[in-house]
Amino acid sequence: MAINKRPKIKSIPYEEFKDNETFERLVAELNAKGTNVIVRKLDELIDWGRSNSLWPLTFATSCCGIEFMAVCAARYDIARFGFEVTRNSPRQADVILVSGTITTKMAPVLRRLYDQMADPKYVVAVGGCAVSGGPFTKSYHVVNGVDNIIPVDVYVPGCPPRPESFLYGMMQLQRKVKVENFFGTTNRKEKDPYRDTMAEKAEEIYNEEEQA
Amino acid sequence: MNDMNMEKKGEAQAAAQPQAAQPKAAPAAAPAAARPAAAAPAQPAKNQIEPECVAPEALRERMETLKNKEGYDFLENLTGFDWEADGLGVVYQLASTADPSRRVNLKTLTTDRENPYLPSVADLWDIANIYEREVYDFFGIRFTGHPDMRRIFMREDWVGYPMRKDDETEKNNPLRMTPEPLSDFTETYTLQSDGTVTKSQRRLFEEDEYVVNIGPQHPSTHGVLHFRVSLEGEKIKKIDPVLGYIHRGVEKISEKMTYPQTLALTDRLDYLGAMQNRHALCMCIEQAMGVEVSDRVKVIRTIMDELQRIDSHILFFSCLCQDLGATTAFLYGFRDREQILDIFEETCGGRLILNYNTIGGVMADIHPNFQKRVKAFIPYMRKNIKEYHDIFTGNVIFQNRAKGVGVLTKEQCISFGCTGGTGRAAGWHNDVRKLRPYAAYDRVQFNEVVRSEGDSFARYMIRLDEILESLNIIEQLIDNIPEGNFQEKMKPIIKVPEGLYYSAVEGSRGEFGVLLESKGDKSPYRLHYRSTGLPLVAVMDTACRDNMIADLITIGGTVDYVVPDIDR
Amino acid sequence: MFNFDIVTTWLHNLLTGTLGLPEWGAILTESILVALAIITIYAVFAIVLIYMERKVCAAFQCRLGPMRVGPWGTLQVFSDVFKMLTKEIINLRQTDLFLHNLAPFLVVTASMVTFACLPWNAGAHILDFNVGVFFFLAISSIGVVGILLAGWSSNNKYSLIGAMRSGAQIISYELSIGMTMLTMICLTGTMQFSEICADQAVNGWNIFRGHLPAVLAFIIYLVAGNAECNRGPFDLPESESELTAGYHTEYSGMHFGYYYLAEYLNLFICAGMASTIFLGGWAPLHIAGLEGFNGVMDAVPGFVWFLGKTFFVVFLLMWLRWTFPRLRIDQILSLEWKYLVPISMVNLVLMALVVSMGWHF
Repeated sequence: MAINKRPKIKSIPYEEFKDNETFERLVAELNAKGTNVIVRKLDELIDWGRSNSLWPLTFATSCCGIEFMAVCAARYDIARFGFEVTRNSPRQADVILVSGTITTKMAPVLRRLYDQMADPKYVVAVGGCAVSGGPFTKSYHVVNGVDNIIPVDVYVPGCPPRPESFLYGMMQLQRKVKVENFFGTTNRKEKDPYRDTMAEKAEEIYNEEEQA
Repeated sequence: MNDMNMEKKGEAQAAAQPQAAQPKAAPAAAPAAARPAAAAPAQPAKNQIEPECVAPEALRERMETLKNKEGYDFLENLTGFDWEADGLGVVYQLASTADPSRRVNLKTLTTDRENPYLPSVADLWDIANIYEREVYDFFGIRFTGHPDMRRIFMREDWVGYPMRKDDETEKNNPLRMTPEPLSDFTETYTLQSDGTVTKSQRRLFEEDEYVVNIGPQHPSTHGVLHFRVSLEGEKIKKIDPVLGYIHRGVEKISEKMTYPQTLALTDRLDYLGAMQNRHALCMCIEQAMGVEVSDRVKVIRTIMDELQRIDSHILFFSCLCQDLGATTAFLYGFRDREQILDIFEETCGGRLILNYNTIGGVMADIHPNFQKRVKAFIPYMRKNIKEYHDIFTGNVIFQNRAKGVGVLTKEQCISFGCTGGTGRAAGWHNDVRKLRPYAAYDRVQFNEVVRSEGDSFARYMIRLDEILESLNIIEQLIDNIPEGNFQEKMKPIIKVPEGLYYSAVEGSRGEFGVLLESKGDKSPYRLHYRSTGLPLVAVMDTACRDNMIADLITIGGTVDYVVPDIDR
Repeated sequence: MFNFDIVTTWLHNLLTGTLGLPEWGAILTESILVALAIITIYAVFAIVLIYMERKVCAAFQCRLGPMRVGPWGTLQVFSDVFKMLTKEIINLRQTDLFLHNLAPFLVVTASMVTFACLPWNAGAHILDFNVGVFFFLAISSIGVVGILLAGWSSNNKYSLIGAMRSGAQIISYELSIGMTMLTMICLTGTMQFSEICADQAVNGWNIFRGHLPAVLAFIIYLVAGNAECNRGPFDLPESESELTAGYHTEYSGMHFGYYYLAEYLNLFICAGMASTIFLGGWAPLHIAGLEGFNGVMDAVPGFVWFLGKTFFVVFLLMWLRWTFPRLRIDQILSLEWKYLVPISMVNLVLMALVVSMGWHF
């Protein structure tokens, strides 16, 4: 069963979304493998759940963070989408909205935050700085675009983007989530590649402590 | 424009305004009240400073006399410079809090570029500690006698000193994705009597201390700030701030930009004081060039600054409530903030980053609806301030958590240079609008809100009372916007005459200053911003000691720093 | 008045008589059915409560709350559940994995067993002994073990501080809860929840019967119960602005989901107990002398009464949560030890006096 090429997002018709070509390419790629009917039906249910429950990590480095607060506030009310449950612990968050400039000192921290998140995880680059470095591209201490550090799903340009563009970006992300495959892709049990070496290291530390 | 009041500026001063609050304090220092006359280009610009050069050997003695005998107790600014062939140096700007008209500027420099050493003044002014670390970080000048000579903004494994003119930063510093090294040791350089410098190491945190990292990604640090907090149970023993997670090198990139281009970056420093920051830089450049803006521009700028201040203080209120767990009050604050953003949006086109001031004026004239909407906003906001007091100020839990918590004395505030609401909560009259009136502040009547307790509650109340004062200022001006150009005619390429210039405005959270050195080119030779937030972060250790972790949130919330402004 | 005994006896007769099961077989089947029912109701109530919290909080904050998933956002929580179920569970290196994984189950078990103590209707109680109150207090304290384990086994400083706060807080406030419950037992003279309700159906609600001491006990119970659930203004074990997420910082996926579930169900249990002990549980509102009115009230089934009262108390607690800022740990402890404990002790004596002198209604 093929993936629905035109996932429905409430109150915005498919044609009104920008950048449908990229999206269609993505769907064609996913469709190329083909899927079992039952599996796809289950997938659709899970995708429905996931796309409507994207809990953002409270992560803001500068100006865009204030606009994110405005999105959470009464006028724009991100709660309508069910995204208001902002989690402070990356373990419990689903999407990281990189709002603000990422400097080279912050880059390893952001990478670590991303690594700490549980699958499935998504990244939205919010604002000019996160997209490309913005007005600070020539700086010695700014990463020119977070896609140098972590994979980005949706880019929201603007300096800072208006709250409406935040919401639009989140709806684009919903679209993307809605065509995902669940079975056989994410949530796999990966063997810990560092398990043995870490155990050895821990033993060494214990021995050293005992000797001291 | 038709509904605009046609009064001329002389009449605008007439006390036809509602005097809701009579000034308690005497009017500001007399000389500043005079109207600025258009400076002829031949005379030195109004804001030019000529620092007195002191040899490094004589610096300590001179500084001690200034601090202890002559009463220069406020180190306003300490800026590193790289004068290429002339050497590396520092400019000190001192002021006396007892008599704000007394100001003195000094500079010292060393020609040794390999191992530059200068004497430290960190024991005289507390804030010098963090300022000198900044200079060391950017210019590599080591201060002898400084207790804690570490980098503060850059990673500890950073190669070179980015603000030096000859530094090859990009080549030496590729993007490092390894976890950031954070040493537990700090260094002190001591100048021996025979002229040599010795280095000694000291532990910051003992091996068995329970150190918790608050930040860099933490909900209550208001951005990416990192505190290493040593705890004993819930009690805080020590705080070591690690900065630079949002250091974008604004001062360095400005050196390669033309003057109009540099303006764009000021809005992004303290994004809650976008108007005021840009105002400071525009004013600095205008005064240096001897350009006099029209009265209309001055009044518009004043109104915009005050709207921005209200915006910032509402955000302060919201975030403090959020940090203390009262989420509902947070949303109420944002509801009112949207009204200001609407007004901004109509005239400036932006909500947060406004890009409104330009050199010689403002970007566009005010929107026809501007006056109507501002006038509607004033009573609306007055009513809602009452609601804030009902919902949050009177709450017994909040009062218990804020009263007597994080007390800063007046002396501490001055020594740490904590201007703005934090200093005023401790009784320090430091409002630049009163001390050195700029724009249209000399023609309005307002109170400088000052309290004496110096605790978190006082800092909170100061902000809410300042909203009312700002409303008063706007109310006096909004009907009296004089006619005139909104933009002076400027040359296509703006060049500032050679010299060192300093201008300051009262930002949302303290004195925001711009120190500009020009060599007569179309871009600045050195542009330094006096950050309003850096002193506030520096004071956190003093304010939080022996308080609990929960108090760190209260204190951090009430001193009200904005991280991109600290890191620049 | 509708009595749930009809259903249970019918089922028992069905199993033993019609289906011919032996006595032990029938009881085994019934136990399984009851267990399934309890788990289902538990999950459904969690979803209802989470939806309610989000809507109530939105209403207080001049917002709309979830609107886009299903009509009026009613399906919002379901989509959260689907997401949570398929989210990765992260196992941490260098931690005590067994304890780390055990902790959420302890928390959720404790809240499920206490959930089973609630008297839903006349004849519809699952765990109902003569020392029911003691059993309830004992079981509800297991939750704190789970929280402490979570904090300790996460190998995270925030978690540890959160767990320690939580331990101190929950154990302190259990005193007040115990004391207020004792106060009311003093009045009813029984520790069996079914009889407490039955007593109130006959004699009137405890909060009216015991006048002053009962009202005082009710207020203390609400404060202490709120603290017991770790909800604002007492939510500092997981206080977001200080400790990111407190003791469950390192939990992801469904493990975190269990904490989330337990938090809301504890709220319900706390409110349910308040309605059982103070507001008459399933007992309808009777006003002496108004026979017609009492007849109408009797026609409403008991579980409706119970749920109505419980959700009323839940709403009160939510109101508190979204209004007050958070307390500090030393303030929480001094509130308990300096004010609530002494007051509830005096209150107990007062109640004993009231009962012995027969001053109650």
